[in-house]
This record gives sequence, structure tokens and C-alpha cells, in this order.
Amino acid sequence: MLETNIPSGPIEQRWEKCRAEMKLVNPANRRKHTIIVVGSGLAGAAAAATLGQQGYRVLNFSFHDSPRRAHSIAAQGGINAAKNYRYDGDSIFRLFYDTVKGGDFRARESNVYRLAEASVRIIDQCVAQGVPFAREYGGQLDTRSFGGVQVQRTFYARGQTGQQLLIGAYQALEEQIAAGTVTMHYRKDMLDLVVVDGYARGIVTRDLRTGKIETFAADVVVLATGGYGNVFFLSTNAMASNTTAIWRAHKRGAFFGNPCFTQIHPTCIPRSSEHQSKLTLMSESLRNDGRVWVPKKVGDARKPNDIPEEERDYYLERRYPSFGNLVPRDVASRAAKEVCDEGRGVGPNGQPGAQAVYLDFSDAIKRLGLDTVKEKYGNLFDIYERITGEDAYKTPMRIYPAVHYTMGGLWVDYHLMATIPGLFVGGEANFSDHGANRLGASALMQGLADGYFVLPATVPNYIASTKLRLLTADAPEFVAARQQSEQLIQKLLTIGGSRTPDSIHKELGNIMWEYCGMARNEEGLTKALDLIPKLREEFWTNLKLVGTGEELNQSLEKAYRIADFLELGELMCRDALHRRESCGGHFREESQTPDGEALRDDDHFAYAAAWEWTGEDQPETLHKDPLTFDYVHLAQRSYK
Amino acid sequence: MNYTLKIWRQNNADARGEFVTYQVKDIASDMSFLEMLDALNEELLEKGEAPVTFEHDCREGICGSCGFLVNGVAHGGQKATTVCQLAMRHFKDGETITLEPWRAKSFPVIRDLMVDRSAFDRIIQSGGYISVPVGSAPEASTTLVPKQVSETSFDAAACIGCGACVAACPNASAMLFTSAKATHLNLLPQGQPQRDSRTLSMVTTMEIEGFGSCTNHGECEAVCPKEIPIEFIGKLNRDLLRATLCHGQTEGTIRVDAEGIPTSK
Repeated sequence: MLETNIPSGPIEQRWEKCRAEMKLVNPANRRKHTIIVVGSGLAGAAAAATLGQQGYRVLNFSFHDSPRRAHSIAAQGGINAAKNYRYDGDSIFRLFYDTVKGGDFRARESNVYRLAEASVRIIDQCVAQGVPFAREYGGQLDTRSFGGVQVQRTFYARGQTGQQLLIGAYQALEEQIAAGTVTMHYRKDMLDLVVVDGYARGIVTRDLRTGKIETFAADVVVLATGGYGNVFFLSTNAMASNTTAIWRAHKRGAFFGNPCFTQIHPTCIPRSSEHQSKLTLMSESLRNDGRVWVPKKVGDARKPNDIPEEERDYYLERRYPSFGNLVPRDVASRAAKEVCDEGRGVGPNGQPGAQAVYLDFSDAIKRLGLDTVKEKYGNLFDIYERITGEDAYKTPMRIYPAVHYTMGGLWVDYHLMATIPGLFVGGEANFSDHGANRLGASALMQGLADGYFVLPATVPNYIASTKLRLLTADAPEFVAARQQSEQLIQKLLTIGGSRTPDSIHKELGNIMWEYCGMARNEEGLTKALDLIPKLREEFWTNLKLVGTGEELNQSLEKAYRIADFLELGELMCRDALHRRESCGGHFREESQTPDGEALRDDDHFAYAAAWEWTGEDQPETLHKDPLTFDYVHLAQRSYK
Repeated sequence: MNYTLKIWRQNNADARGEFVTYQVKDIASDMSFLEMLDALNEELLEKGEAPVTFEHDCREGICGSCGFLVNGVAHGGQKATTVCQLAMRHFKDGETITLEPWRAKSFPVIRDLMVDRSAFDRIIQSGGYISVPVGSAPEASTTLVPKQVSETSFDAAACIGCGACVAACPNASAMLFTSAKATHLNLLPQGQPQRDSRTLSMVTTMEIEGFGSCTNHGECEAVCPKEIPIEFIGKLNRDLLRATLCHGQTEGTIRVDAEGIPTSK
């Protein structure tokens, strides 16, 4: 049923073999082919720019006012690449190995190997574009360490690596817009995928300024629309990040891969008030020099600096001596939850019993000096100060895990094509490379690998090898899809209830965090599967909106995005319930080792789950994409 | 804490706008300015009134989406802070706070506090890039960039394109933005081949887009949430002089239509 199209042969030759066998499009013919790219973050902007450079007619869609605002911009810490500039034992194989192991053996070996290969050229491409990576005094590129690895392979640009990489891709995209190969559609939301004769042939969009619903036809549709962490309401995602594009494609036939695999990032600024609209990440790079601890004693009400060294529990260093504070994110998050559940969490001014732990830089300041710490992390300390009003050079930061990234996404084959021919998915929107847990500094790597190197090879191959009939955006399938979108908008506007979109979104977020968050169990997930359909019913009968669909209406935008979160949330819980094992970020309390680590069940769950939509209010059908491990042997992940 | 808000309401670019006064109550000091507006909007929606439209996304001060004038100052006047990072603890209980959109001819109002900043994208399109088709990049370690050059280039590249510099400038000049974007690339060895054409094109586009000239008020630097220094404007002027002497004023890669409006085609 699921055709992965993974090439045969030794893993280090598979991508070359695949490329050698690809069909090509003559340069003169490329402009006759239209490619829709939805999303303008790292994967989307890079793919649109590169396909434009090749000579295709590209239509790029963004709901922002400028492609440069996509949420890739907020990534702080860095981007991994197997350059081995430090000669500290790194290699393409090592990056591949670390990523498969870090993902707790739930990613495809072939895809991950290709990612590690591409990483090397990504840095070349970005440096050539003028990305101002950190440099040493001799002018060479600097690197640092991230969680889950024992080499220094992370390239960075102060605490703004995402912004600098995105500006690189954005500038390449703007050049193509000026050259006329890419047409940019700003402030347009994708509302639906148009499938004709079984092929993805276009999209339906809503102009956020005028409310106009339009259709666009193409030979290929590429979705690079990011992750769906906002299903939790509170997350580190940007406010408008949503699942609508991939969810509507899912409802048109694209299978959804591993929806329950969510990354909870260990180092975020703790939640402070009920009015909080989002959570702010503190880069993982801080764990290079910061030490994580809580008081040994429950109820210790002293201020952090008054607690003597021997009464502090540096629990990560204690439990995981070889990786210490740099254990992978899932491990660090769970450990923080455990010490807080024990009552040893800390609040402002040392107030005991709260939901946070200390991240302490006093040793680093002693060792490196205040100036060096400021140079490396200054902007992060500033962010912290702005939000909390506390000076983290003097008192330890307080941090707590928060939803950050979704490893799940639309299921894709080796070519990044979904189960609908002609629909390609890149970046966080696909489920491909990170398994059950993503390592730090690998999201930027994957977004750019997909955008610069994979999609610009596989999309042309699809075009060259597929015979498509000529089609315009007024074909019956397009008209029908547009009418459906128009009806959906009308339906939302005419419910006439009393609850705002945000109030329902918050309630959904609470259900998801409580039952499908850092720890999950059968009872809780079953309860969530009862609560979510009821909340969906409440949404569709009691939603309140004002204004019309034919104007800029931000509440309406929220509402149709939440409608999709309400369906996706249910699928996430269903996926989490069916996977009776713990792996990476998916921790089932029923499946743990005696010392509380995630316990996989490879005999029954060594597969990617691919869910098929079967209709409104119907349980989805599960398909299994079996995972085999020929190069990295299945083993209990250990960071001790 | 309670506040009186005077907010500019305007349905669309062609409509007449006006200030409307609202009261917000029970605002916690650790709420952000935009969370305070969220609370107002929830209340308005519950009452069946149209919520206030404002642009925002990351709420971490990096995407550059947000921005309006708070009591006449872009982003509210806290040092190195976008309005999404502005905490309510900086406002006194009972205070009246005035909110209005960026005021600049080149940034037409879309609705309420939201403006159209697409002119910035067109400045980039005219030359704010280094041409390097995928596949043609050399091995990264062959390009050495002295640390100081890299750091200064980064200081310029830190611009988030929010438009506060234009809003603060009495001439609505986009010189701080344009100089930051050009300087980021003009300083680097990789940016040298297109340095002159980039400078000429970006400055020309900036003028065609209707931004005013720089007359050294320094208001832009004062409000810039990324603390882009005004020295970059001087740097751009030197680059412009160099480019003009070497290549004449009209050369470059800018494309304009019959009315002199830059076009992407």
C-alpha cells in the first residue's frame, strides 16, 4: 500500500543513484510548468527560489505581508552540518547516526542519511549568500555543541540563526521575484487542495485583506507550511502558525504520519499568567554553559543564590554523567517534569513548588568571564530580562518545557511526495527525518535540505515523468473546491453563538497539554478522545464571530484554523493511544524502564504510522510504514 | 491595573479613520502589550464589536510583524524592544495610552493599526541579495571573513524590517532600513561583485517608493528595536558615492514600468 521509493544499494550511494535515475526537463520547457509552493519559511522560500532559478514558473504563497516573517525566523541556536572543521570525530555517518538515535529509531535511515549528506552543502550555500555566521579571529567559521551529540557541529549566527538563514533564502527568493520566475502571493491563506483525476493540481486560497476566495492551478503543489504545535494553544510557535494547509490536504487523501510525535522543548520561559498568549524559547545552546538544577529539599523557600552547592541537585549531570546538561530535548524535558512533580520546582524569588527549574550561569561566568558569556548569549539574557524583569547574570534563569516542534506531519516517500501524486511536502510540515524526537539545530538543516537540495531534484523528476492534462483554475474540480471553501466561511460566520475562537482554542490546548503532553497514558488519552469531539460540537454550534467574510477579519482567520486543530487534536490522541510504547517525545507511562526512561517496543511498533482520513466523524484508518535499521542497530537509547 | 486606550480605527485604506476610546480593566503587570490588546479584543468580540486589527506573529521580537505608535513613539519607547515584547509593567495604573499606525506615505493603512510595508520587499528585490544559484557555492571554508567585519555585517543584518525607523522619521525616510540591508552584504567579501549595482538600485527604489530623504534627525536609531546604528547610513552614503563615481547614477538592475513604479517583472 505505502510505496516509499527508497533506492536500493549501500546507503551512502542511494541519493546519488536516485538522482542518476531521475528524468529531467529541458531548460526551454521549464517555464511551461507551474509549481505552487505554499509557505515561505526556510523550506518554502528555498524551494521556490531554487525552482525559480532552474526556470520553472513558480507561484509562492504566504499568509504574511512578507516572506521574511515566516516562523523559521525565530529559530535561535544553530544549524548542524557534518563539516568536521574541528576534526573532533564528526562525519556524515556520525551526523546520520546521531539523528537516527536521537529520533529514538523512528525515522527512515535512507532519508536521514541524505539529510546528513546535504548538511555540508547547506553551509556552503548559506555562506555564499552572505549569512553572517559566527567567526573565529582567523576568519574561519565557528561551531558549538548542541544536545544529544558529542561533537561541535552546530554553526550559528548569535542567537538569530533562523533569522539569518531565512533572510538568505528570502533574498534569493526576492531576486527570483524580480527576475519574474517567481510570482509572490502575499497575505493569502491556503484553504484547500484541488485534486483532479487523483493528482494534486492546485489550491484554493483566501485573500486575508479582501476575503476573496481564489483558485490556482499547477502541475505540482509543494506544501512547506510548518508545524502544528499551536494545537496546544500555548507553544513557542508564532501566533498564526497553523495546520490548515496540511490538514485540508490530509482530508483530500494525503496520509498523516506520526501525528502524536511532538517535541516539548526543555528550556522555555515558564508560564506566568492566565492571559499568556504564547511561550518563549530560550535556546538550547544555553545548556552548553548553563547548569540545570533544583533544590534537593522539597519546600526549600530560599532564594537560589542562598542555597549552598551541596544542597542543590544538578539532576541532569547526576543522572546522565556522559551527556550531562546536553542530553536530548525529550530526556531533559521529562527530567524537569519529574523534579517538578516531586515538588522541587521553583518560582520567582525561590518560591517552592512551582513549575520551573533553574538554569544557572554562575559557574560559566566564573570560568569564562562576564564578557564572554554576554557575547555568546547576550541577546537571550536580554529576552529573558524583558519578559521576567529578572537579571539572569545575577540570579539563575527559571525554565520549563513547552511545546516547540512537531516531528509528525504529512507522510511522504523518499522523494518527499505525499500519498497524493503531485503533492510534495517539505520542512516541518512533513514527518520525514526526525523520528520521535528532533535533535537541536536540525530543524533548520532539514528545512534547507528539503528546500535547496531535495525538492529541486524530485519535483522536476515528477514533472518529467508524469503526463498531466492541460487544466485551468476554472475547471469543475476547482469551482467545486472554491464553493466548499466559501460555504465553510459562511457556515462559521452564521453560527451566531457566544464563545470566542480563543476561548475554545484555550480549552482544546488544555486538553491536549493535560492528556497528550509530556506524559501520556491510556486513561487520559481515552478521556481526551471523549472531550475533543464534544468541544468540536461546541465550536460548531456556539462560536461567536463578528464582521463578514469579505473583509480583513482576524477572528475569522483564527476560527477556521481552530476548526482544523479540533480535528487534528483528535487524531493526535488516537495515534498516541495506539502507540503503546514510549519513544522519544512520546512517553507512555505504561512503557518505561525501571529508572523511568522511555521504553520502546520494537517488536510491535518499529513503523511510522500513516493515517488515512475516512470522512467526517469517522475514525481514521491506520497504515504502517515499516522501519528497518541496517546501519544503526536498534538499541535502548542511553545518554548515561 | 486599568487603562484608557485611545486607538486609531480605520476600516480600510480609503475609509476615514478616527480615534476611539476604550477602557481595559484588571491588566496584570506581567502581561505584554499585545496580550493587553488580546484581552480588549476578546471583550469587543463578546460584545459583538469588531476587534482591533493589528499585525503580530512571533511575539518574540524577531519576525518584525508587529509595530505601531504607542503614545507617539514607535514600539512604545523601551530600549531595544518591539511592541510585542513590551510589558505592561512599564505603564502606570490609570494611564491613558494612545495607539496609532505607522504614519508614512509609503506605508498605507490597511486596517486600524495594520499598514502595508511591501515597499520594503521591493527595495530588496531591486538588489538586496547576493546572486548565488544553488549548486554554485564554493566550499564554505574557502571564504574567510575577518571576525570584526563579520560582526559589523551582523549588526546590520539584525534588522527585522518592522518599519519603526520610517515611522519615527520626520521625513518618513527608509535610510536606516536600506542602509542596514545594503551594508550587511556590502561589507562581506561575498557581496563585493554586486556592491555598486546593489547600492544604486536599492537607493533608487527607495526614492521611487516615496520614502523621504535623511536629514540626520536620528529618530530612527532611537526607536530601532534591534539598535541598528545610524553609522550605517553614513556607510551607505559612502557606498553610493563610490557607486555613482564608478558607474553613473542610472546604472543598476532596477526595472520600472511606464509610470516609474518598480516592477517585479
